[in-house]
Amino acid sequence: MKKRKRRKVRRMFLKVAMITLIAACFAVLFLMPIVLTVTNSFMASSEISSNYGQVFATTDTGGKTYISEKVNLKFIPDMVSFSQYITVLFKSPEYLFKFWNSVILVVPIVVFQLAVASGAAYGFTRFRGKLKEVIFFVYIILMLMPYQVTLVPNYLVSEWLNILDTKWAIWLPGIFSPFAVFMLTKYMRRIPASVMEAAQIDGAGEWQIFKSICMPLCKGALCSVAILIFIDYWNMVEQPLILLSDPEMHPLSVFLSKINEGEIGLAFAVATIYMVPPILVFLYGEDYLVEGITYQGGIKG
Amino acid sequence: MGFRNRKAGNGIKGNKGSKLNRQVRKGKKISWGYLFPSLAGVLLFFVLPFLVVIYYSLVDNPINREFVFLDNFVRVATNKAFQQAAFNTLKFSVVAVPLAVILSLLLAMMLDYKIPFRSQFRTAFLSPMMVPVASIILIWQVLFHYNGIVNDFIGLFGADKIDWLKSSHAQVVIVILFLWKNLGYNMILFMAALGSIPKDILEVAILESATPFQIFWHIKIRYLSSTILFVTIMSLINSFKVFREIYLLTGNYPYDTIYMMQHFMNNAFAQLDYQKLSAAAIMMSIVMVIIIGILFLTENYFGRDVEG
Repeated sequence: MKKRKRRKVRRMFLKVAMITLIAACFAVLFLMPIVLTVTNSFMASSEISSNYGQVFATTDTGGKTYISEKVNLKFIPDMVSFSQYITVLFKSPEYLFKFWNSVILVVPIVVFQLAVASGAAYGFTRFRGKLKEVIFFVYIILMLMPYQVTLVPNYLVSEWLNILDTKWAIWLPGIFSPFAVFMLTKYMRRIPASVMEAAQIDGAGEWQIFKSICMPLCKGALCSVAILIFIDYWNMVEQPLILLSDPEMHPLSVFLSKINEGEIGLAFAVATIYMVPPILVFLYGEDYLVEGITYQGGIKG
Repeated sequence: MGFRNRKAGNGIKGNKGSKLNRQVRKGKKISWGYLFPSLAGVLLFFVLPFLVVIYYSLVDNPINREFVFLDNFVRVATNKAFQQAAFNTLKFSVVAVPLAVILSLLLAMMLDYKIPFRSQFRTAFLSPMMVPVASIILIWQVLFHYNGIVNDFIGLFGADKIDWLKSSHAQVVIVILFLWKNLGYNMILFMAALGSIPKDILEVAILESATPFQIFWHIKIRYLSSTILFVTIMSLINSFKVFREIYLLTGNYPYDTIYMMQHFMNNAFAQLDYQKLSAAAIMMSIVMVIIIGILFLTENYFGRDVEG
C-alpha cells in the first residue's frame, strides 16, 4: 500500500517536471526575440556589421539581397557598448523625432478615448432600453470590424473635414473607437443596480452618481482599458500608412522598418527604446492587463 | 451574465408625477447626454461614412453618380489581385486561427497545473503581446535569413536551406510570428475560463474515476465553449491584422503567397479608386458579419445547457 502511494507520488512529480520543462521551453522561445533585440542593441556598430551586415545589404532596386556568408547570431555582445544609444540620443535626432511622433499620436487617443467612453458607458448602463441595446450591438459589430473595413469610412470623413495628412485624421477615429465603450460598459453593468438606486433615492444627481460612485468603482477597469488601447495604438501601422501621406509624420512603429544598411546597429537601439514604454507599462500593470483581457471575454453577456 | 442588472435604473417606480418619478424621467434624458459625445463621434466617423461607402459601391463614380448596382462588385471580385489577396487571407486564417486556439488552450492547461513559476511563465507568454512588432522585426529577419539560425537548425536534421521570406515558405514565417504574438492573449482568456469551472463538478468526476480525457471532453470543453467562440473570433480578427507583420517584414510588395487583403486595400487607396475600395470594404464586412453570426449560432447550439 505504502509502496503504491510512493509510486503515485513519483509519477505525479514526473508529470509536473515534464510540464514545467515544456513550459520552460515555450517561455524561452517566446522571450528569445525580445532578449536578442535588447542584447544586440548593446553591440558596437563594428560588431553588428561583422555579424550580419549582409542580412540587410540592399541592391540598387531597393530589394534585399543575400550574400552567401554566414550570419552570426550572438546572444551576448563581445563587449558591451553604449555607442548605438549615444548616437540615437545625441547625434541622429530623426529617430527621437519619430519617437515623439508616436507619443503625440498615441497619448491623446488613450486619454480622450477613455474620457468619451466612460461617459458613454455610463449612458449605456443607466436606464437601459431597447434602443440603447440596439445601439450597443452596433458598437460591438463596429468593434469587431477589421481595418480593411473601417479605414475606408475613416478616410472619407477625413477628406470631407479636410484633416487628411494631419494628426487629427489619426486622433479622431481613435478617440471615438467603440472599443473602450464596450469594455467599460461591460464593467459598469456589473455594479449592482441597488448601489446607484440608493444614491438616487438619497437625492444624488446623475453627475454625482457618475463621479462619486461609477468612476471610483471602475478605476481598475479604466487602467486595464488604458493599457489595451495604448499597446494597440503604440503598434499602429495601417492608419498612418493610409491617413498620413507625409513620412515625416509617421510614428516610429512604421519608420523602424525603413532602415538603411549602414544603420542596423542603430535600428536595434531604436527598436529597444521603442519597446521600453510598453514593457514598463506591462511590468507595472500586468495584473490590470490580465484583468482587462478577461473582461473582454464573455462578449455575449 | 450582464442580464442580471438589466433593470439598472428602471427599478424605481414611484407614483405618477411624484418627485422620484420626475427625477427618473430627468435622469433618463441626462443619460442620453452622457452617451451623446461618443454617439456623435461614432455616427460621424463610422456609421454615416459607411452608408456613403455603400452608396459609392453602387454608383459608377462619385461625380457622375449613375447607379450601376453590382458592377463594382463584379469588377473587384474578378480582379486578379483581389482574388489572390482574398485567397491568401482566407488560407492564412484557416491555418492560423485553429492553431492559435488549440495551442493557447494547451498553454493555459499547462499553467492550470500546479507547476512552479506559474506567474513567471504567464509573464513570459504574455510579453510578446506588449512588444511592438516593429521592434522585433529586425531580429526576425536575422533568424529567418537564408544563412540564419533557423536554416542552420533545420540543417542539423539534413534539411536543405530555405529562402524563408521569398518563397511560399513565407506563410510559415508569418504564421509563427502571428502565433508568437497572439498566443498569450488567448491563453489568458482560457486560463480565466478554466478557473471558473465549478470545482465540485471536477471533484465528483474524479471520484467517479473519470479519465482525464473524459473530464476534458465532457466537462471542460462544455464550460469552455463560449470562450472558445470568443477566442476564435478574436483570433480571426487579429488574423486580418497580420498585414502589420508582413508589411514591416517585407514592405509593400511581398512574395505572392503573403499578399493580403490590406495590401490590396493599400494599393486601392494609392490609386484613390473609391469604387474599388467601397466594394471591397463592403464584401469584407459582409463576410465578417456572416462569420460572426455563424460562430454565435454554433455557440448557442453547443453551449446552451451550461450557462457560463
